[in-house]
Amino acid sequence: MSSGVASGTKPQIITEHVIEIISDSGEGAQTCGQMFADLCARNGNGIWTVEIIPAEIQPPARSRAGASGYRIRLGSKPLTNAGDYADLVIAFNEQVLYSRLDSKALHGGTLLFVDKSWAENPDPGIRRKYNEAVNEFRERGLVVTEVPIEQECRKFTDDPRKGKNMWVLGMLCATYDFDPSAVGAEIAKRFARKGEASVKQNQALFTDGYDWALENVALRFHVPPHESTTPMVVMNGNQALALGVMAAGIEVCSMYPITPATSASHFLASTIEQTGGIVHQAEDEIAAIGFAIGCSYAGKTAVTITSGPGLALKTEFLGYAVMAEVPLVIVVVQRGGPSTGLPTKIEQGDLFAALYASPGDVPKIVIAPATIEECFHFMITARKLAEDFRGPVMVLSDANLATGQKPFPRPELRESWLAPPVDQSPWNPEVPPFAWDKETGLSRRPIPGQRGGEYVITGLAHDEESHVAYDSQINQRSMEMRSRKLAVLRSALKPPKVYGDNTGDLLVVGWGSTLGAIEEAVDRLRAEGLKVSSVHLRFLSPMEPGLKEIFGRFHKVMTIEINYSDDVGQPYITEDSRRYSQLAQLLRAQTLVDIDCWSRVPGSPLPPGVIEEQLRQRLTRRES
Amino acid sequence: MYGLKKEWEIEAPARECTLEDYVGAEARWCPGCGDHAVLSTVQRLARDLQLPPEKTVVVSGIGCSSRFPHYMKTYGFHGLHGRALPVAEGVRSRRPDLDIFVVTGDGDCCAIGAGHWIHGIRYNMDLTILLLDNNVYGLTKNQTSPTSRVGEKSNTQPHGSFFAPLNPISVVLGIANASFVAQTVDWNPPHLYATIRAAHEHKGASFVRVLQRCPHFSSHVFAPVQEDFSQMLLMESERGVKLAEPIRGMFPRTLEHDPRDLSKARELADRTDVYPIGVFYKNDNASRYDTVTQQGLEITRAEKMAAINGMLDRFAVQGRN
Ligand SMILES: Cc1ncc(C[n+]2csc(CCOP(=O)(O)OP(=O)(O)O)c2C)c(N)n1
Repeated sequence: MSSGVASGTKPQIITEHVIEIISDSGEGAQTCGQMFADLCARNGNGIWTVEIIPAEIQPPARSRAGASGYRIRLGSKPLTNAGDYADLVIAFNEQVLYSRLDSKALHGGTLLFVDKSWAENPDPGIRRKYNEAVNEFRERGLVVTEVPIEQECRKFTDDPRKGKNMWVLGMLCATYDFDPSAVGAEIAKRFARKGEASVKQNQALFTDGYDWALENVALRFHVPPHESTTPMVVMNGNQALALGVMAAGIEVCSMYPITPATSASHFLASTIEQTGGIVHQAEDEIAAIGFAIGCSYAGKTAVTITSGPGLALKTEFLGYAVMAEVPLVIVVVQRGGPSTGLPTKIEQGDLFAALYASPGDVPKIVIAPATIEECFHFMITARKLAEDFRGPVMVLSDANLATGQKPFPRPELRESWLAPPVDQSPWNPEVPPFAWDKETGLSRRPIPGQRGGEYVITGLAHDEESHVAYDSQINQRSMEMRSRKLAVLRSALKPPKVYGDNTGDLLVVGWGSTLGAIEEAVDRLRAEGLKVSSVHLRFLSPMEPGLKEIFGRFHKVMTIEINYSDDVGQPYITEDSRRYSQLAQLLRAQTLVDIDCWSRVPGSPLPPGVIEEQLRQRLTRRES
Repeated sequence: MYGLKKEWEIEAPARECTLEDYVGAEARWCPGCGDHAVLSTVQRLARDLQLPPEKTVVVSGIGCSSRFPHYMKTYGFHGLHGRALPVAEGVRSRRPDLDIFVVTGDGDCCAIGAGHWIHGIRYNMDLTILLLDNNVYGLTKNQTSPTSRVGEKSNTQPHGSFFAPLNPISVVLGIANASFVAQTVDWNPPHLYATIRAAHEHKGASFVRVLQRCPHFSSHVFAPVQEDFSQMLLMESERGVKLAEPIRGMFPRTLEHDPRDLSKARELADRTDVYPIGVFYKNDNASRYDTVTQQGLEITRAEKMAAINGMLDRFAVQGRN
């Protein structure tokens, strides 16, 4: 389908590039980005992607804050984060770029390709704005190329809003030296639902974009793929966790829609019936968790998937699951809070809510995947822990993992991951429903259908027989038993691995999706000879052992987090009054080490360069 | 059995369950509380139907009435205030083999649990739902309930309830996909028994409002009705509840009512001059959500693994085909 004409320019070999495709919402930049990312991954390149999403479905066109699009970091080696500034940006209009500049995604040197049709728009206001913006971008050092995107698209469609994305995909393929021949089939797959004419039209748009770029763009790049023999899969974190749900043998996903968690349930809704399971869309989050708890009580495995505001509603039942020891997996895909907060954006603000949001003492297991691959595997761990430790297990993901795509080794499924069949054998009536082991607090539970095991589960204080008991000694003891389970789990965990040297000047502690960016920042500083290391926690309750000892080997310890903390030096903010970020507070309380923190709430992932800068400052502060 | 997979199979019960097999802890309700009558009725029904205690689950919320599961010797789930229905739906979702009763109070069901109530009726999963309506919050000691009559004094509305009471029967008859709606009274055991039995027999969400006396806070509400049977209207039908003599003869007012007639049912529900008792409405053809949620139970582990492997293939990036 391609003309195949090699352009005069030979591609420049590079090890990585950060690319952004930015448009108004509804123009398909995300489809274009996903398809390009897919192409890169299939080619054997390392990728990490970020969805750029406005909060509204369709904000007004050409609005400064309305950027919708996709970032792809493309490399020769596997990548662990979205990188720093964009190297190349294609924009469907110039206004949406302002928000990218504001979020420091672009800088001087960024190659910018912008649709120049706005320069000829009949509306003089639009023409003026376009010219002003392009001048401003040039002044800021961006390397601007004006591209007749719309004009070219009009050769094939009267509605270029619906065609620009495939044209730009063609342009990207030419610019990054990809073989266009396989793309036609991909387009056919994507647009099959819309009919033959649409497939043809989009293929033509793609080819035109490809040819146009070959002829008109002097710059071409080649990112050599990373050779690997390991079978790989590429997907986003929500797809990974949905597949993990099924691989764990969980048969019910009980949910209520909430961004950015919902896409995991969408994926399950379209697949889980193949594994014999169901998605239940409940009337609200309270019902969603209640339904899951009912399922689990009856011996079936269930997960409820939500985000911050949904977690807030679930807390009463969460406490119930702790009190009555009902196994349950709860996934919280964090977004920006408090309240409705930043619904489509990234934050790690729900650690405390996960740990403490229910009334009373609610010891529960909380784990946080740090990579997309872990989103898959942690579901299997979570299901197993919930069953073995007889209670809720919270999995804290975030919007960064949920929507980012990255290749990882294809999981080799094991049957032992699947939940065992429901035990319906008779229960020894001598064994009470809460036969807490004196040492560990662990116990097995009878399941409805097991003759001899009949009992009434209750959220009231209860004794081993599950009889309501307000007796002070029984209450003390049952609290001990529920709490003891966490200490037992902790005794089975290994201390976390230190990334970098085991001793040094500065240790960075992180959790969740910041792993890749933190380690990249650490790498850069270590390359300069600075003595920085990091540890990344997966278990947040109970905490992995050995932390105090590890911290003791560094002059300074700090956390990097995407949640709010006060900066000392701001009005009223002193060392005494400052509020620390959430993990820092926890670690300070647990270890009595004077742990510092740096955290921000930009609604986007923390770039490695920004983290690097903060770490450098802390290091020099120490020296001075 | 029922075409279910092996894990659900049970041996035919070669045992005879007696009433004691269903009697749990000693009921701690006040003397004279209508809940006692409902409890013994459910126990008798379970005995008469020989429901295996291990296959019977009673789910409740929070309230005096919600203590019900503790007093049964079956499996029980004493949950959260207002949230009995979602739990019961979850139990039902993958367990076609269990008998599930839901016990709830008027605060539990019609106030804090109202959202779940509406949707639970609409889901129409096979559950026997008993609303023990004493027109007052009992456990928390005399606060106004959504079903309290205008002017009833309580600790939260000492000058009397402001609003017209919510009529639970009218509400349920207004919910799409309702399939079984009945009303009975705690003080007439034969009618109570016959109504709960009919509800249990019905496949779907069977909603029974039991007018229930609270000896402490609302005894005056139902005492006159208990004393004067003409304040009740006995709705009779072969398809609903039909009492035998001499009990039938105690009701001076009777009415033949076909429970398939929804508009007549609504008309009866709205009557304020009498309490109609019996089955208002019954629809055997309403769609049942549990037939959907129970799909796939027969899928084997090997089939699950194959399916997930197939999904992973879609994300594979090796081979560059
Ligand atoms: C979330 C929550 N809010 C409030 C309560 C306190 N509470 C317990 S029972 C009850 C009302 C009970 O009234 P009803 O449902 O009519 O049952 P009854 O006791 O009359 O049988 C209330 C408000 C609670 N347990 N949980």
